[in-house]
Amino acid sequence: MGAWWLLGPGLLWMGLLFVVPLSLVLVISFAERGTYGGIVWSFSLTNYLDLLHPLYAHILGQSILLAAVTTVLCLIMGFPLAYYIARAAPRRQGVLLLLVMIPFWTNFLVRTYAWMFILRTEGLLNTLLLKLGVITAPIELLYSNTAVVIGLVYGYLPFMVLPLYVALERVDRTLVEAAWDLYATRWAMLWRVIVPLARPGIMAGCLLVFIPSLGAFLTPDLLGGARSMMVGNLIQHEFLIARDWPLGAAISCLLMLFVMGMMRWSFHAASPGSRQEDAS
Amino acid sequence: MCINGIRLSLCLLMLLFWGTVACQRTSGDAGQKTLHYFTWSDYVGPELLAEFERRHGVHVVVDTFSSNEELLAKLQGGATGYDVAVPSDFMAAIMIQQGLVAELDATMLPNAATLEDHLQHLPFDPTQRFAIPYLWGTVGIGYDSAVVSTTPDSWAVLWDARYTGKISMLNDQREVFGAVLRSMGASMNTRDPALIEAAKARLLVQKPLVKAYASEHYDQLLASGDVVLAHGWGGPVARAMLDRPSIRYVVPKEGGTLWADCLVVLKSSPRKELATQFINYLLEPQVAARTAERLLFASANKAARPFVPSRILDNPAIYPPLDLLPRLEWMTDVGAALRMYDRAWTELKMH
Amino acid sequence: MKQTGGWLWRLSLANLVFLYGPIAVLILFSFNASRLSATWQGWTWQWYRALWVNQALLDATANSLWVATVSTVLALFLGVGIAVGLEGLPGRWQRQIEQAMLLPLVIPEVMMGVSLLLFFVLLHIPLSLMTVMIGHALFNVPVVVIIVRARLRKLDPRLLEVAADLGASYWDALRHVTIPLLRPAILGAGLMAFTISLDDFIVTYFTAGPGATTLPLKVYSMIKSGMSPEINALSALFVIVSMGLIGFSLLLQRR
Repeated sequence: MGAWWLLGPGLLWMGLLFVVPLSLVLVISFAERGTYGGIVWSFSLTNYLDLLHPLYAHILGQSILLAAVTTVLCLIMGFPLAYYIARAAPRRQGVLLLLVMIPFWTNFLVRTYAWMFILRTEGLLNTLLLKLGVITAPIELLYSNTAVVIGLVYGYLPFMVLPLYVALERVDRTLVEAAWDLYATRWAMLWRVIVPLARPGIMAGCLLVFIPSLGAFLTPDLLGGARSMMVGNLIQHEFLIARDWPLGAAISCLLMLFVMGMMRWSFHAASPGSRQEDAS
Repeated sequence: MCINGIRLSLCLLMLLFWGTVACQRTSGDAGQKTLHYFTWSDYVGPELLAEFERRHGVHVVVDTFSSNEELLAKLQGGATGYDVAVPSDFMAAIMIQQGLVAELDATMLPNAATLEDHLQHLPFDPTQRFAIPYLWGTVGIGYDSAVVSTTPDSWAVLWDARYTGKISMLNDQREVFGAVLRSMGASMNTRDPALIEAAKARLLVQKPLVKAYASEHYDQLLASGDVVLAHGWGGPVARAMLDRPSIRYVVPKEGGTLWADCLVVLKSSPRKELATQFINYLLEPQVAARTAERLLFASANKAARPFVPSRILDNPAIYPPLDLLPRLEWMTDVGAALRMYDRAWTELKMH
Repeated sequence: MKQTGGWLWRLSLANLVFLYGPIAVLILFSFNASRLSATWQGWTWQWYRALWVNQALLDATANSLWVATVSTVLALFLGVGIAVGLEGLPGRWQRQIEQAMLLPLVIPEVMMGVSLLLFFVLLHIPLSLMTVMIGHALFNVPVVVIIVRARLRKLDPRLLEVAADLGASYWDALRHVTIPLLRPAILGAGLMAFTISLDDFIVTYFTAGPGATTLPLKVYSMIKSGMSPEINALSALFVIVSMGLIGFSLLLQRR
């Protein structure tokens, strides 16, 4: 059929440049490193066994923690904004969404640099606070985990707002009206009605923020003062500095496994089947 | 119709982009040869290359890297097309051993005959036909004399709790471990696991005091007062001195790294003759002197000294006093022991 | 409902300020006459002038534009092909492939960069500007597919039926009905892909070879060398151009 002529080149391209390289990563994870950093082809589990060392579990744990904190903050900050947009007049919704997405489409480096400019000891924040007399000595904000989280939240907030908006927009207004009558406080209404209804959006948003945050390496590098090692830094370190490509590949594979596991879990959790338990 | 207006403006935009691109391409290449120069991000001085471009009618394209490991990784990764690269001494040794470096014709390098005495016939290239020293110096401590009251003379000052949060270390595993090992009285090229572990322990103790691990902008950190003690190469500290005159530089009494960045021609280069001429040009006494002045690093060419301004020549951060040499050590490759350093470095970063 | 209005609006505004504040600060201070400090010391265009004479920077810009153009055109051809071709497949296949298309956008970019690096190295393909273009075309195809398919689903299927009834072949229907109807989406997707390519850092970082320094790579090495208002100026330009392009693209898609 004519359709295959159209589909063919594209799918072939994706297959060749996406599937094949990732498979290569898998294959190399079983190889070994040469003395000066080349690849010695073999089939051995040394890399994976090495990764059992608590050091790597600790790095993964730290990365997960930072990514989780980022996700939660994005959720807390993004929810009101998404709700506001979802309830706004349809004409204004488009403009508001545009406003939210545009910063995202600008260069990530530039946005990270902006925070370096603001948070450093002689940066804007400290200068302002000193001038206003709020503090007497500059706060050391840059080169800390706090700065990294700020940078990550800033980078991925739009990723949270968009799915949340899509889900909230679909929430039936009549249900919300009914909830007003049934529940005394705004909080109860929010918690027991709106949030469960928006669950697919929340899960999607969390996923879209969590996964890239997990693999971040620029933000910890620039905003964290290279004081911490997240999974992304580790992969970059193994490939470009330690030149242990097989180990780097093994770490990448484990990361992929983790990411895919999370995606499957979130699809499962967001599916209609599991929502039956909540509906009452 | 609105859509036509949009299409028109898009076409104009496209034309504008293509025009700019075409302009850049023609001004850059127009039948000229290009020389690809792969060097450190702070070794770039366009005006220093202009003369060479003029003399030979070529365009020098500069790409940069920020660490020796990145250089090797890119080259091992099969990046061909670079002509001249600037690895540090121990990395040059690895590259020679790996067969990545072309042998040079000594007759085309008259300027290499007048290298500084201690830089001639280096152990990893005794015939001096593979790697030619270009710039050299030391690794030490840059400090703000207005804040650090007593003149530091030992690496131990970087562990001084009085300066918590105001210390920066290089983001370079060999250099950082090198400093600790020297402070413990050991060689920075040790392969002894016990010594490496001990060094790691000392670094873990230090970590809470360290503001950042920075290999590139510690001069800014010094100049802005973010840090008062910075582990670093002399050149950037000299740059910081320009912004904040109270900054000084010292090589601790336990000794430290003696480094020399070398010019090599890559074996995969299609323009080896031009590349060799480029190396000879960079070592020309006046060019070398201007380089020292501009980049704030000491030139490897002794013949450049008469042309270097005294404020550069007398600055110990730029031109190390030759009496320091006995306590300095060349960094060499540690072979398989690198894995131990890697693991220790990762552990340090992780905590 | 009115009770919630007050603080909801204020929270949302705070969010928007958070999103745009740093960018505004960056742009504002690119005009600051002081090199290091954050205190205002006078209005100046000098940093923009310094950018203009920086040859390496102009080279990097040219590289970026070249890469973005080629990879966008490639991504458009391949992506529109997939998007339109999917219509001819049964629904279940459509959904599977659509979901598969999401994968490149979701996996951490560092993995994509690293896998491409491995791929090129093991096949002895030298790293160069071309490898960067290939990498960019790779992650832009899903973007194009998603945008065009979103539009395709809104098209009235009866239009294609009518074309078939009138005797048009598959290709004729495509050329005279489907593609023209999709034009805003295709243009929009193209602009989006172009901007994403201009902004990309991580994949480019791993796949760039000699002479392939693009603008984001140059900005990175400038940032690593320390703070400088030139970076502010460059960032400001970057931001304005990106915003303009994306605004354009989204407007086109909403027609």
